[in-house]
Amino acid sequence: MLNFIIKRLFSLIPVLFIVSVVVFLLVHITPGDPASVILGPEANPEEVAELREELGLNRPILEQYFVWIGDIVRGDLGTSLFMKQPVLTAFFEHLGPTLSLAIMAQTFAIIIALPLGVLSAKFRGSFLDQTFMGLSLVGISVPSFLLGLFLILLFGVELRIFPVAGYKPLSVGFAEHIRYLILPAIALGAMQAALISRMTRSSMLDVLSSNYIKTARAKGVKELIITVKHSLRNAFIPILTIIGQTFGSLVAGAAVVETVFNIPGIGQLIINSVERRDFEVIQGSVLLIATSYVLINLIIDLLYGFVDPRLRVGKK
Amino acid sequence: MTRELHVKELTSIKKEMKDKHRSLMVKKFRSNKLALTGAIILTIIIISAIFFPLFISSSPYELDTVNRLQAPSPEHIFGTDNYGRDLLSRVIYGARVSLVVGFSVALLTALLGTIMGLYSAYYKRIDGLLMRISDGLMAFPAILLAIAIMASLGANTTNVIIALTIVFSPLVARTIRSASLVIKEQTYIEALKAQGASTSRIIWSNIFPNIISPLIVQATFIFADSIIVEAALSFLGAGIPAPAPSWGNLLYDGKTVIFNAWWMTLFPGLAIMLTVFGLNLFGDGLRDLLDPHSKSKK
Repeated sequence: MLNFIIKRLFSLIPVLFIVSVVVFLLVHITPGDPASVILGPEANPEEVAELREELGLNRPILEQYFVWIGDIVRGDLGTSLFMKQPVLTAFFEHLGPTLSLAIMAQTFAIIIALPLGVLSAKFRGSFLDQTFMGLSLVGISVPSFLLGLFLILLFGVELRIFPVAGYKPLSVGFAEHIRYLILPAIALGAMQAALISRMTRSSMLDVLSSNYIKTARAKGVKELIITVKHSLRNAFIPILTIIGQTFGSLVAGAAVVETVFNIPGIGQLIINSVERRDFEVIQGSVLLIATSYVLINLIIDLLYGFVDPRLRVGKK
Repeated sequence: MTRELHVKELTSIKKEMKDKHRSLMVKKFRSNKLALTGAIILTIIIISAIFFPLFISSSPYELDTVNRLQAPSPEHIFGTDNYGRDLLSRVIYGARVSLVVGFSVALLTALLGTIMGLYSAYYKRIDGLLMRISDGLMAFPAILLAIAIMASLGANTTNVIIALTIVFSPLVARTIRSASLVIKEQTYIEALKAQGASTSRIIWSNIFPNIISPLIVQATFIFADSIIVEAALSFLGAGIPAPAPSWGNLLYDGKTVIFNAWWMTLFPGLAIMLTVFGLNLFGDGLRDLLDPHSKSKK
């Protein structure tokens, strides 16, 4: 197991290196001089020259990279030119709402998707199955921000059941916190639910047709126990993969949904920074999200190794 | 003489088999309801995007401030927007924008991803480098990387296409690589190598034709994803700049008046949904058709 962990940790190094290069290059692919792009068309040449010096743009690009990555490794992601505060501070100030939203969307997706997927597999080819799978295809086709807008139209404007915008932190009260997050979480979680239910269905189908399930049935084990205990548990690995893999994109999707519902999370931070051309914040946030995405995948990989010993040995 | 006859006979049998195969595929396609429905939806959208503007008189840019925010009526079937522009014509022009972006990205990623995938499957040495680069790029959530690239490049249609091509190419490269790896191990490739066939001949004439089906399926899904991400980018103000009638822009305008003008959100939204749904159906159907393994799983 230790060997497996060490191997996986080493495989992270090249990926994180490429991630850092891509993020670093973001500033350098701007058409023209990054300093004058940041300052806008009204800036005079002296200001531009000063900023170039401050950002170290006059040094060779390789040196710039090493200075930059050196700072990052020491935990300095730079300072926002616009907000006059360290990027790391700004990021963590905005992280709460995004995480809350992502977790709630994930929970919603799992609660909806698992039963649907299991039932579809169980009653394969039936009307129920076809309806669920048709719905899931629709779910995959509706981008989360669009579903968000539709939900606002339906529940916020027509029925007036849920608040259509804003965010209440947990400190205001749990019920209020949830009430404001319900629509965004459904919007964000629907596509997730569609993906998970499809994976659950196909994974369950594989397991249900295996011999040991037939044996169990022949022995007279109750259908419910066969479904939940014998099948679902064994069908869980691919389901876990899709849940893990998509959690990263859920956080990114949260960025877009936040804009629809005016939630002050990472998404708003990034979008506002794009408008202000605040590159330090864009770079820092994107780097942090990509890194955590890589780390989440690592944790899931390690979890498998834990759940399924064959993977520890068999994976080269 | 007999030999010639024999060859003739063989070619005619070959042709017959090819025709049979083709008619079988057409038959299968017709009986595949998913692919067929998807194809019909897409054809309708493409035809209306191309030809409809020839029949509707109102321009998508024509301002008419007296008739701002008119609800749908016989005169303006989809209503008018907050500048009095006809929403139907904006939605249809928006289809042009989305289809051009989606198609360009699908084509470019297919090209780039195929080259990357084929060569990294064939040459171990560049495999490591190319795959690490695509791992690195795939570590970014697609929308986020696209937003970041757009922030650097500046918002316009060409840059949206460039950004999305960077984001999606690694996906194609991965698919093509794993498909080619399987084919590379086949005996006939070994035989070709032994005969002294050049590398580029093996790659392009012998491996490439065998990976076309997964390539087409993947390109269809990327077409759909590009339309979604482009709409999201434009909605966030990091895509195609207003006043161009992109679906994302229409939704952005719609959001500002969502309490008074439901039609400005509903119609562009439905347009995106329908297009993406059509593409997904088509892609799913194609996959069933071209890859028998995936069908048995369903």
